[in-house]
Amino acid sequence: MLLVLEKRAERSAVIAITSPLIAIALTLVTMSVLFAILGKNPIAALNVYFVEPLTDSFTLMEIAVKATPLVMIAIGLSLCYLANVWNIGAEGQFLMGAVCGSWLAVVTNGTGAGPWVLPAMLVLGALGGALYALIPAICKVRFGANEILTSLMLVYVADLIMDYLVRGPWRDPKGMNFPTTAAFDPVATVPTLIEGSRLHSGAVVACIVVMLAAVMLGRTIKGFEIRVVGAAPKAARFAGFSSDRLVLFTFAVSGALAGLAGIIEVAGPVGVLQPGISPGYGFTAIIVAFLGRLNPIGILIAGLFLALTFIGGEGVQISMKIPLDLTKVFQGILLFYVLACDSLILYRIRLITPYRKAADGTA
Amino acid sequence: MKRLLMTAASAALAVAAVAIAATSHTASAADKLKIGFVYLGPVGDLGWTYMHELGRQAMVKELGNKVETTFLENVNEGPDSERSIEQLARTGHKLIFTTSFGYMDPTLKVAKKYPKTYFEHATGFKNAPNMGTYSGRFYEGRYIQGVIAAKMSKSGVLGYIASFPIPEVISGINATIIGAQTANPNIKVKVIWVNTWFDPGKEADAAKALADQGADVIMQHTDSPAAMQVAAQRGILAFGQDSDMIKFGPKTQLTSITNNWGPYYTRAAKAALAGTWKAEDTWDGLKEKMVVMASYTNMPDDVKKLAMDAEAAIIAGTLHPFKCPVVGQDGKPVECKNGKNLEPGQILGMNFYVKGIDDKILGK
Repeated sequence: MLLVLEKRAERSAVIAITSPLIAIALTLVTMSVLFAILGKNPIAALNVYFVEPLTDSFTLMEIAVKATPLVMIAIGLSLCYLANVWNIGAEGQFLMGAVCGSWLAVVTNGTGAGPWVLPAMLVLGALGGALYALIPAICKVRFGANEILTSLMLVYVADLIMDYLVRGPWRDPKGMNFPTTAAFDPVATVPTLIEGSRLHSGAVVACIVVMLAAVMLGRTIKGFEIRVVGAAPKAARFAGFSSDRLVLFTFAVSGALAGLAGIIEVAGPVGVLQPGISPGYGFTAIIVAFLGRLNPIGILIAGLFLALTFIGGEGVQISMKIPLDLTKVFQGILLFYVLACDSLILYRIRLITPYRKAADGTA
Repeated sequence: MKRLLMTAASAALAVAAVAIAATSHTASAADKLKIGFVYLGPVGDLGWTYMHELGRQAMVKELGNKVETTFLENVNEGPDSERSIEQLARTGHKLIFTTSFGYMDPTLKVAKKYPKTYFEHATGFKNAPNMGTYSGRFYEGRYIQGVIAAKMSKSGVLGYIASFPIPEVISGINATIIGAQTANPNIKVKVIWVNTWFDPGKEADAAKALADQGADVIMQHTDSPAAMQVAAQRGILAFGQDSDMIKFGPKTQLTSITNNWGPYYTRAAKAALAGTWKAEDTWDGLKEKMVVMASYTNMPDDVKKLAMDAEAAIIAGTLHPFKCPVVGQDGKPVECKNGKNLEPGQILGMNFYVKGIDDKILGK
């Protein structure tokens, strides 16, 4: 007897949309079981995890802060993935954006420079991320190098470049040798939206990015091109779309968005450039992109949801003494169910009973 | 299959719905003092964070149900720490210990927002009316290790795995070489900077590199037992760090500087309970038992005696590792304001090497 996955002839649109919801529901069930095994009341735990953070302005704002970089990066990644281009190195582009933007903050530190600093930093950040992303893109187009490998490996390069800068030339002279730049001047800091909170204007930028992406994908030729090249490369070639140009375009755009997210994070909630500015945003954003069905609005929701898992995870650590590892288990389970549900929507499982003819190798 | 999925989904939604309906706030007794801890690593790192966790447990044991404690582990020093600290403050934790240097500015920001909450930051230098600092005089233990290392080394070369070039680490290297020079004026120390507090892979690589360069006593300012294990494999000697690492090198460990936070945490909690808590800068050493030497092992009796004598002299106050004159790398004596030994500020902000160290402070 054999199990095979067989492609379904037609897909149900309703199920395609509800698939992530089913995945979330299955995750909740699994989590309940895990909570019960840990000897905690599953309902109380899920309440602290998913409901309490939504009932309080502080945690709501923190969710937005956490979701901002995730959404911006994931939007860029979704363009790549839709076009069948596999940028895995958003983390590196995020860091390079942070580095390039921070350069201006460091050189203007204490010089009393005007309010042009922050906009210029944002432009530099986006530019830095885009140029850094173009390295794997050009390697792919020119030499046929696998972009999954090159973009991933460049993450570590970016990490080390940043490390070198904050330990050496950019180190805060008054920072007791700790690897960090001096705190950015107010003109180099992303303003907060609400006094006393950490919610900053980067959240607005993320929403604008979502809207622009939705318009581009739904209403422009470029969006059409991305989807056609991704779904039917041969048809795209007949239509005169160049897949090489699209590789460069999607990499540059996703790099720019990751870089912009990087400089916003550094000039916003962190306020200095230092190692550890990203707890893996570039990688978590891959989950966000897929959880959001590579759709801008979906990504916005998925980013907020994943941010909720971080904040809620902290909540259960505090009020129910549930270990942090569970938050990571949670994210893993979620991705697992999303992929599983997707597979079952596109494919169906069939049992095949092998017969003699197939077994002798001549079939 | 579809039906099965839908059933599962509706079951899950039902659970979620109940969860939303449930209002199960766990009410804690009002008279209990809620104390929060923010940890850099996992509680099982067997090093820095582990010792803070042991300190927390010791405090809980001592104070029993007068306190309720919470810890957040693996909190990165970047964008998350401020939120984590604030989460503790706003959930009613009245005394919060943040246990790594990198939490300094985030702790200060939250302390300003919550003036009625007490904050204690480990190893930093910024204060507020409701934010104190605490750290150990680890250099005292380093001095003793230097004496032992110079006596035990056959090659005359010591290997030092360093983390970040912050004053605490620099002063540790200096105290080591000053102690070592009392036993062997020509002692050499090789330093490798791994730029991490906790990365067993990097730490092990550094230990191997040092051993390959002829070092036969390995010491570390990083948190994992990886270097100890490498030293054990190579048949050379090593010092533990933060905790007693003897079980990772029964034939290898000479001693270990262990961090004993329990009494301090208990003291701070008692002060908070009594309403007498004040923001202070606590800097305790061997005498106050915040720094404790693990048993002296794998060394002959005369070396052991030397080490114990040095420890007793430091406790008695008759020996100071940074006794003047302290000679800098350039051969010139360092300014000595009180004529006896370096001032606390000079040690806490130490940014120079003493003579005899063959290394350069990065970026200097």
